[in-house]
This record gives sequence, C-alpha cells and structure tokens, in this order.
Amino acid sequence: MTTDAKAVNWVYSGESEHADSMEIQTFGFWVYLMSDLVLFAALFVTFAVVGHNYAGGPSGKNLFHLPYLFAETMCLLVSSATYGLTMLAVHRLRKARVLLGLAVTFLLGLGFITMEVHEFYGMIVDGNGPGRSAFLSAFFTLVGTHGSHVSFGLIWMAVLMGQVGAKGLTRPVRSRLMRLSMFWHFLDIVWVGVFSVVYLMGVI
Amino acid sequence: MESAERDSSGASRGSLKTYITGFILSLVLTVIPFGLVMSGRVSWGVMIWGICGAGIVQIFVHLHYFLHLDTSSTARWNVMALVFTLLIMTIFVGGTVWVMYTLNSRMMW
Repeated sequence: MTTDAKAVNWVYSGESEHADSMEIQTFGFWVYLMSDLVLFAALFVTFAVVGHNYAGGPSGKNLFHLPYLFAETMCLLVSSATYGLTMLAVHRLRKARVLLGLAVTFLLGLGFITMEVHEFYGMIVDGNGPGRSAFLSAFFTLVGTHGSHVSFGLIWMAVLMGQVGAKGLTRPVRSRLMRLSMFWHFLDIVWVGVFSVVYLMGVI
Repeated sequence: MESAERDSSGASRGSLKTYITGFILSLVLTVIPFGLVMSGRVSWGVMIWGICGAGIVQIFVHLHYFLHLDTSSTARWNVMALVFTLLIMTIFVGGTVWVMYTLNSRMMW
C-alpha cells in the first residue's frame, strides 16, 4: 500500500529527479527483465523439446569444446564481478574508477562475444549452421538471443562511458548505470542456465 | 556521501565483501559442474545432479550477492515480480515438457 501511495504522489508531484522516481524506474526495469526471463524460458523449453532431434547431423558431443566454453564463461562471470565493483565506485562518486571499471567490464564482455561469434562462425563454416537440424536451430536461437542481449549491453555500456565522461556521475547517469548493472547481472544468470542445460548436458 | 547512499531504489546494495564472496561462490559453483563433466570419471546421474544442483545454487548466489534480492521491504516487490514470473514459467515450461515428452504415448490411441 505504501508503494502505491508513493507512486501516486510521484505522478502528481511531477518531480522527475526525486528519489522515488529512481525507485520506480528500477522496478520498471526489473519488470522488463522478468518479461525477458519469460522470453528466455520459452527458448529454453523449445531447446528442451527439439534439442535431441539431430537429423543425422552432429550432436553437442561433436560440436562443443568445454575448455573453450569455460574460458568464455569466465569472461562473463568476471565481468559481472567487475561491474559490481564499478557500482561501488558509482555510489562513492569516484569517476575515474567508474570509467576504469566500465572499461574492464566492456573488454571482458567483448571477449565473451568475440569467442561466441568465433564459435558460431566455425560451426557455420563446417556446415553446421542453424539450418542443419532442429537441435542446431534451437541452439542458435537460444545462444544467439543471449549473445545479442550481451551485444546490446555493450553498446549501452559504451554510451554510458561517454555520458560518465561528458556529464560526470549525475543522478540520472547513476540511475542508468544502476539499470545496466541489473541487465548485466541478469544476463550472467541466463548464461548459467545456458552453459548448464545446453553445453554441459549436451556433451554428457 | 549520505545522500549518495540513499539513491537508486534504496535497495540494499553490496559492499566489497559481498561482491568478493559472491564471485568466489560463483567461481566454485562453475568449476564443480565443469570439473564433473570434464573429468569423465563419475556416473551420468552424478553429472546431471551436479550440473542442476550447482546451476540452481549459482542462480540464487547471483540473485543474492549481485542483484541484492533479499527479504527487505525495498526488495519485496522485485521478489514478488520474480515469484510471479517463476509461477508463469513453471506452468508453461513444465506443461510443455510434460505434454511433448508424453506425446508418443498420447498418440498411441
């Protein structure tokens, strides 16, 4: 009830810079993340249903290289941790550290995406593209959707690095950094599902 | 400093200690399933349970240490939205798997 009352106050007061607006924006973004979770769940269940239909083509055992995947996973996990440390610097208003943290996070995310694109490219060149079998269609859709989310997160991060540099750590910029942190940690959670269900269960 | 501590949703936020704890736990929970599968010395059942168990625990570790979800009143609505989403997911993921994996026996008639 108190949250409803706050929301009403916020709407009528018209104070866009009020602390409550940040609370509402954060919650709104969380609701978006939950809808994204539903999207990923739909792709996961599609993979669960058709993931064993190889159409005479290769299975995960032939395609997946676990040490490579482990390095890819580490890129994303470490980037999640470095973003967390960046948020500590954001709360303490340390601009230089924020920029350094974002740069490190960006490079790790870029490393993850580069490794994923390299893996996809190798598979497609070998004739194991998304058209090869139902398993590969579901694989490319699920892993590719996650990868495109990470790519958009990287674009978002680059824009915010520019904003931190140009505008400094103003309240709106801090609020955007907060939402990107939620997005980034969320994508790492989805990746836990991807490497567990698609890759590890695919090779055993 | 005081005002900076209050912004961005007021949700409880991490400290250096919680981020490091979360990172080490995630690292361990990633190494366990990879180690089980890559060693190739354990049975299929142990691998499946190891992957599922470590994965589920790691998701909770991320939610707690990185997304700061807890039972505090500020995080309450986020938890409610998550629980509702999990309910929806359980219905359509569980329902789809149930229907599709038993399709064969249903079509026998």
